[in-house]
Amino acid sequence: MKKTMRFALLASTVLASAAQAEDVTLTIESWRNDDLSIWQDTIIPAFEAANPGIKVVFAPSAPAEYNAVLNSKLDAGSAGDLITCRPFDASLELYNKGQLADLSGLASMANFSDVAKSAWQTDDGAATFCVPMASVIHGFIFNADAFAELGIEVPKTEAEFFAALDKIKADGTYIPMAMGTNDQWEAATMGYQNIGPNYWKGEEGRKALIAGTQKLTDEAWVAPYRQLAKWKDYLGDGFEAQTYPDSQNLFTLGRAAIYPAGSWEISGFNAQAGFKMGAFPPPVPAVGDDCYISDHTDIALGMNAKTAHPDAAKVFLDWVGSPEFATLYANALPGFFSLNSTPVEMEDPLAKEFVGWRETCKPTIRSTYQILSRGTPNLENETWNASANVIKGTETPEDAAKRLQDGLASWYAPQK
Amino acid sequence: MAQRKHVRWHIAVFLAPAVLVYTALMIVPLFGTLNLSLFNLDETKTRVFAGLANFATLFGDPRWSGAFWNALANNAWFFVVHMLVQNPVGILLAALLSSPRLRFSAFYRTAIFIPTILSFVIVGFVWKLILSPIWGIAPGMLDAVGLKSLFAPWLGKEEYALTTLALISVWQFVGIPMMLIYAALLSIPDEVIEAAEMDGVTGWSQFWKIKLPLILPSIGIISILTFVGNFNAFDLIYVAQGALAGPNFATDILGTFLYRTFFGFQLQLGDPHMGATIATAMFGIILVGVCFYLFAIQTRLRRYQF
Repeated sequence: MKKTMRFALLASTVLASAAQAEDVTLTIESWRNDDLSIWQDTIIPAFEAANPGIKVVFAPSAPAEYNAVLNSKLDAGSAGDLITCRPFDASLELYNKGQLADLSGLASMANFSDVAKSAWQTDDGAATFCVPMASVIHGFIFNADAFAELGIEVPKTEAEFFAALDKIKADGTYIPMAMGTNDQWEAATMGYQNIGPNYWKGEEGRKALIAGTQKLTDEAWVAPYRQLAKWKDYLGDGFEAQTYPDSQNLFTLGRAAIYPAGSWEISGFNAQAGFKMGAFPPPVPAVGDDCYISDHTDIALGMNAKTAHPDAAKVFLDWVGSPEFATLYANALPGFFSLNSTPVEMEDPLAKEFVGWRETCKPTIRSTYQILSRGTPNLENETWNASANVIKGTETPEDAAKRLQDGLASWYAPQK
Repeated sequence: MAQRKHVRWHIAVFLAPAVLVYTALMIVPLFGTLNLSLFNLDETKTRVFAGLANFATLFGDPRWSGAFWNALANNAWFFVVHMLVQNPVGILLAALLSSPRLRFSAFYRTAIFIPTILSFVIVGFVWKLILSPIWGIAPGMLDAVGLKSLFAPWLGKEEYALTTLALISVWQFVGIPMMLIYAALLSIPDEVIEAAEMDGVTGWSQFWKIKLPLILPSIGIISILTFVGNFNAFDLIYVAQGALAGPNFATDILGTFLYRTFFGFQLQLGDPHMGATIATAMFGIILVGVCFYLFAIQTRLRRYQF
């Protein structure tokens, strides 16, 4: 009896492992640990139902450590089959080292425009190595109840924007704007890169900077810093030590009226805030000016060149490039807007508002991301520091711009 | 005696496990790092021997050297705060605890030692919350005693942030010098104390004249442990202020500078060669400090045999 039992056990183990061997398991590396449940409950089941035999595991790490962790894993050969791609140089470097596979031949690549793919291509555009997933749009989210209570109209120009802030401040019920400088990146990303495109005219200025025909000390690039310097008076007490989660909580608890935002906040804010929210694009300098928005290509998915299951990984990537995935993803994560050429019908009103600006304003990507952050000092990191300093008032807009320009000119030939 | 002294194999055998483990885990990586700092990438991204060029960049290029000296100066201040606050307070607490008249001394000892075993993540998070201008209890407590005007967002101000973090670190680790000194104080024989009392040396004068000279070697050990610990520090700053060590690099110490350089940060790609160069410089600084202690101070400390 005992012997049969043992034999049965042994047989079942062998059989079980044989059955498992038929299934290919793909692991996804990602920094989006906030999205774990969406991948597990919505996206992966949809894929697995359509593709029996391929199992997918979503294995994210903390956003701040992602790049360091991923690089170590790739060097050690222990990284997952699918790699979530940061835009531009971080991923380009991985491709150049032979750690990301060339995906130019993938059928679903035809679903994306050149602009959408630009963040994950070689400089000459010959090879594309990640399937674009989503972009994020900057703007301002406001407490609509507070605006109604104080009788404030949604500001369209800079003058109206500061008039609204003055009115909120004079009333005193709400902190006019929820932002802190402790974590620095908010000042640069939600501050400088948010309002800046209106001054440097989006793609026009960004490309001129790369070509070397404009400088960071030009008026178009200093003007956003002059605006930021004025924000100081409208931030909460002790904003110098206010962190990013502090700002989010201040806004969702209804203590602040305006939140300089990225669209990725939408799903979190919908869950947390107990009041009506609205959004407006960065105000233009004067009535009638063209408006520009930052519609930043932010996230894509690539394939580990050393994966043991390249065919299964390509099946998954092809699906990620399909309109079906775009609809699933964009609606599961309102605020991460699909880059797919097929328009996605959004259900969330706030997300609809953000994505609607694509029709009225000209989109651009963040100015520091392409090419300009390749050297030392790193322009993006310096911009964080400069923006935080300007808001705190410890550096003048002109000094900050000069420091950035000197740093860029020290290694970037077209700016010398 | 024709027979020669035979080789004593057992010494090598008994030493082998420790030597092998230590070599594999400490010595090989150390020399690997030193070696890495002598290489760099050329135009075609192949690794070439660069000699001391990386060090020339680190100390010669105004940007690199500016960041390095800033980190070193901050690190030195971090160490000074520990030496001026942590160790004297530790000695004081140990002296109080070893007083035979103190009740509940086991409770105090445990309570003061507990922060030492907490994770940096918890300590950093808890103190950030306590000091937060929005949710923190620090503004409220100051308000309750009418000193609200003294409150500032300390962690966000360039002039206070580093000192604040150093004091948080002191709060966390004051238990270590306290325990070491406490043990040293307990090991002083009663005969010595009794003899002092016979000669009329009691109270504070007994502490200064009898006990302090006897615990000096322990204080020396604590100082060197503090030095090595502080110059290798990284965790608390990273947890509280992030890898950019804000505000405006006011809290950047060698550890965070090394981390940013070696692993990269956001759009900045990691540079293992310059990272290794900084690591080598840190190793050199700590080596010089430890040697200074071993040869200039420890050899002059008088030891007392009981």
